[in-house]
Amino acid sequence: MSFTSRILDFFKRKSTVSLGGGEKAISKQKAGGKMTARERIAALLDEGSFHEYDLFVEHKCQDFGMADKELAADGVVTGSGTIGGRPVCIYAQDFTVAGGSLGLMHARKITKVMDHAIKMGVPIIGINDSGGARIQEGVNSLAGYGEIFYRNTLASGVVPQISVILGPCAGGAVYSPALTDFVFVVDNISKMFITGPEVVKTVLGEEISMEDLGGARVQAETAGNAHFFANSELECFAQIRKLVGYLPNNSRAKAAMIEAKTPKASYKIENLIPKDSKIPFDVRDIVRSLADDSEFFEVQELFAPNAIIGFARINGETVGIVGNQALFLAGVLDIDASDKIARFIRFCDAFSIPLVTLVDIPGYLPGSDQEHNGVIRHGAKVLYAYSEATVPKITVILRKAYGGGYIAMCSHHLRADFVFAWPTAEIAVMGPEGAANIIFRSEIMAAANPEEMRKLKVQEYTDKFANPYVAASSGYVDAVIAPEETRTYLVHALQLARTKEESRPDRKHGVPPF
Amino acid sequence: MSEQEQFTEIALESGTFASRTTKKFAQRKLFEKQDPKVIKAKIPGAIESVSAQVGMSVYTGDTLMILEAMKMHNRIKAPLSGKVKVIHVAPGDKIVKGQVLLELE
Repeated sequence: MSFTSRILDFFKRKSTVSLGGGEKAISKQKAGGKMTARERIAALLDEGSFHEYDLFVEHKCQDFGMADKELAADGVVTGSGTIGGRPVCIYAQDFTVAGGSLGLMHARKITKVMDHAIKMGVPIIGINDSGGARIQEGVNSLAGYGEIFYRNTLASGVVPQISVILGPCAGGAVYSPALTDFVFVVDNISKMFITGPEVVKTVLGEEISMEDLGGARVQAETAGNAHFFANSELECFAQIRKLVGYLPNNSRAKAAMIEAKTPKASYKIENLIPKDSKIPFDVRDIVRSLADDSEFFEVQELFAPNAIIGFARINGETVGIVGNQALFLAGVLDIDASDKIARFIRFCDAFSIPLVTLVDIPGYLPGSDQEHNGVIRHGAKVLYAYSEATVPKITVILRKAYGGGYIAMCSHHLRADFVFAWPTAEIAVMGPEGAANIIFRSEIMAAANPEEMRKLKVQEYTDKFANPYVAASSGYVDAVIAPEETRTYLVHALQLARTKEESRPDRKHGVPPF
Repeated sequence: MSEQEQFTEIALESGTFASRTTKKFAQRKLFEKQDPKVIKAKIPGAIESVSAQVGMSVYTGDTLMILEAMKMHNRIKAPLSGKVKVIHVAPGDKIVKGQVLLELE
């Protein structure tokens, strides 16, 4: 073969394989409102930055007539590229090739690019669109999944791991995303479940659609498996690009500092707090009044809205924000909110992102529903995660900080580096009503008008204890500050904490209440 | 945030607070104590046969009826000894999950 014909042969081979499952399968994919694997990668990464590997990998299966079957690139596109100039490793399952089914070589391509990401110290992004295990490959297919889960665990806390669900992701396959740091879903396209509607119907007689069982909204709002919900694939890619911008490449690096910006004038902190202390406010507005350019990138916005988590920048530095949201369920800690907060703290700690906690917590959610589903062990995760974290921890107590909730929300006792409290803070062993009922029980019972006496005693307790000064008198609050001073205090604390050093006892690893 | 918004009152140990609820909160089930004398279907299916009769004395573990579900014959057994008070179903009846099948005295 001459030089020219060899080059031409190469381009021919490349273009054939790059077509994936062929034009018919591609038009079917598009009819379902979905982009192809290669289109997705091109849309997500910086233009022209994608470098593909393992294009010519082929499956080795001989059984069930598979020997004569050619599966382009074995149904998955892998490689690397850049997002906002930052290198990332990526793979995208190609549904047009045998339904994106996972065989041994398909899995090897994925684990190879994962190993690469770990070694190079760059984020790994996985786009899932697969019918599941390639049944013809039998136990080798399962081996493939296992190898992926193992790598997900190895990479955890080493490089950021992002999963994008752009099609079905069912059965064992769901556990790779579940092990990663952030899961992105798109309405009407993403479907995730362990067992599908058909099995659910046979076994339980429960009639439920794929969408109601494990659609994007369910995963983002009810189950909490997804962290970001989008209405289209393009919106989803914009979210991923934004997220990557906040993160460092790996656990040894710090997130890039960018030019500091002041918050927007429309988020003036004094105007955001309602005059009446009984009226809730949106704690996200407080975040916006403190953050550079009033930008708050919320994570798990739809799940457990009684707590908020997300990223912002303060003086150009990425920070993780955790807050109680009084707008929903009065901002209580419940099972879902505890899970949401604890996982986020551990992510920030693993990637050297300082934590800013905004406290307005009335306590925990009472009820058999919570107790029977394990609010004790779930709630304990928050205590564990905050205590374990050695990144800079700054706490601002805005209003309520009662009882166990006060301790859990990164109090001085769990080693917050700075605890600031607004004059409106109420730091007490419990809410005034509950406390007065216990402390003054006999006086209330003995009074001629118990209801009148109860009100009087609640007021007495409120006046004396529902403030930041009792806690400040013991040094549990470092400074009582005016709301408008908050950003200045945060900027200074973050600056001071940049050289923070803190160690923990030597151990193999702790045993958190998973 | 408009201060005119109508909030729900959320009652907690530390007091009552104005706030919004969530879907999960609204759908949560309040605890109900189960009466062991009231026997309910744990799975949906159809009644294959009923061997118990009203007034009959039964002992713990006796089969009261057979519920066919998932192509399996499930024996519905007496959880404790006693007299059969009411039988709510007959052979052929389609049963939903949680439906009361039989009550003991």
